[in-house]
Amino acid sequence: MRAIFWKELGDHFGKRRFNLMLGLVFVGVVWAMFVDKDAMVTRGTGAFYLDLFTTTEGVPLSLLQFLSFFGPIIGITLGFDSINSERTQGTLSRILAQPVYRDSVYNGKFLAGLFTLTIVVFSLGIAAVGVAMFRFGLPPSGDEVLRLIGFGFITIAFLAFWLALAMTASIFLRNAVASALVSIGLWIGISFFIVFAASTIADRIVPDVEDFEDQSRHANVQLWVGRVSPERLYSEATGTLLDPIRGRFLSTFGVTEERLQGLLSSPVPASQSLQLVWPHIVVMLAMIAALMTVSYVRFMREEIRS
Amino acid sequence: MSALLVEAEGLVKAYGDFLAVDGLDLRLGEGEVYGFLGPNGSGKSTTILMMLGLTEPTAGTVKVVGHNPTREPLEVKRQVGYLPESVGFYSDMSGRSNLLYTADLNNMRLSDAKARIDELLGMVELTDAMNQPVGQYSRGMRQRLGLADVLLKRPRVIILDDPTLGLDPTGIQWLLGIIEELSTNQGISVFLSSHQLHEVQQVCHRVGIMSHGKIVLEGTIAELTEQTASGGFGLVLEVLGGGDELMTTLAALPAVTACNRVGNEIVLQSGADVRAQATAAVIASGASLLGASSENRTLEEIYLRYFAGQES
Repeated sequence: MRAIFWKELGDHFGKRRFNLMLGLVFVGVVWAMFVDKDAMVTRGTGAFYLDLFTTTEGVPLSLLQFLSFFGPIIGITLGFDSINSERTQGTLSRILAQPVYRDSVYNGKFLAGLFTLTIVVFSLGIAAVGVAMFRFGLPPSGDEVLRLIGFGFITIAFLAFWLALAMTASIFLRNAVASALVSIGLWIGISFFIVFAASTIADRIVPDVEDFEDQSRHANVQLWVGRVSPERLYSEATGTLLDPIRGRFLSTFGVTEERLQGLLSSPVPASQSLQLVWPHIVVMLAMIAALMTVSYVRFMREEIRS
Repeated sequence: MSALLVEAEGLVKAYGDFLAVDGLDLRLGEGEVYGFLGPNGSGKSTTILMMLGLTEPTAGTVKVVGHNPTREPLEVKRQVGYLPESVGFYSDMSGRSNLLYTADLNNMRLSDAKARIDELLGMVELTDAMNQPVGQYSRGMRQRLGLADVLLKRPRVIILDDPTLGLDPTGIQWLLGIIEELSTNQGISVFLSSHQLHEVQQVCHRVGIMSHGKIVLEGTIAELTEQTASGGFGLVLEVLGGGDELMTTLAALPAVTACNRVGNEIVLQSGADVRAQATAAVIASGASLLGASSENRTLEEIYLRYFAGQES
């Protein structure tokens, strides 16, 4: 597995499409740091860096938005042709004739992808913080560093989900193009379509919204349906983690933002926020595990013809 | 004969209702070159896949170097080299780095691997092209690189799936020379599949002819030749009608050693001249005898005859 891991890792960084994606995301992330200085000063929240990562003042997309849009594509780029390209090249049967287990091939490739994502996320994060420090002359506080590291790990888990999804597609679909299209289709479906689906389903289950209780039930159904999507989990988790005030509440009970702010205006420590997003991380990991299981079941017993 | 390296018993592989391999028995001894012959689609590749654990047998057992390839794949793959039907390499990597990767997968030490790779690239005459990307290699060069790849781990057995496919006559002669050298000088057993009998018969100690998932003829070339050419009489009867009963009658005639039917043709092998009895038997059975000819066939003709009726 070690051999496969290192080869795949080298391959990832040598691929033009990956470097292109990486360059694009890098530009986007650094650009997101060039927010309007004055606006930031007037906002004046306690956690400067957390604010910086989520604000859109003077930039097209915040760093968080940029990652949640383009991150999945990086994950898919790394995985969509991992198994089927070996098959079409005819290298799969040659590799599997060597003394390696089949799961090592899969695991080696997955871990190489995961490691690549880790490098990408942390180097982007460090670059972003570096640019911000240079511009504003402010270092992040200890509490912020903790939150940012937590944010990094959630982002990796989120991207790893898309990697696992694309690799599953690459096992089931012999054609790399089909696999890429299906992965991107699922990404759009899971990330964007589910929002509409959630509200429609909530309308069906709770048709008449009369009093506050109905409203709360409607919102709950919508929320839980939406949580099928890792996109939703990611935005909830990062929202909680990057906003220490909202971190006190899971914003699940149909409480409006204003009421929440009125109720609570003192930030919570990073450890509390991390505790709140723990379920989100576990669910994302479980989704990854489920995809890997499906892949294993298919790949382990499959016939490998040249 | 010493230890058996490949041992298959009653091997079956079914795809739905279709039996690709149908109750196959196979043995490969130490240092032997076995020619596994048959037309395309007769189940040769499927058998090889089962020997390597790349697909699971539906029934029966196969043991390679004493291990079950499905249960203990690593034990098998450590000692067996496999050259797939169309061998693939990473086209953007050089021939040499492709081999280095294989060595890495085999946990070879780097210094050892490098020396071995240089030696093998010399043997397959690719030293000049070793730093070129494989994408620029010709079909013959890839095949040669494939052979180097197979030999890298110092296998006890090599399994070559149709290695002569797509090679020019010089390439084939060269490949056969290498196979002969490997078996006589290095004691490597070779399991060689092909659909061209005449190409491989010169190097094979033993051949098995496969048809519809079964081995229909097996033995050394000498045995088969004797059986089919000099060791008796061959009689071909062209018969319309006549069922299993006729076949039993014919097989029961004195000195008849083999009796096979393909379409309208019944081929009889016998130790004595049975032309009179055989034709009488056909007519007595009520079938029409359209023609009869006695001939002594070469192995090649038998082979071709077997497969003439199979394409349909």
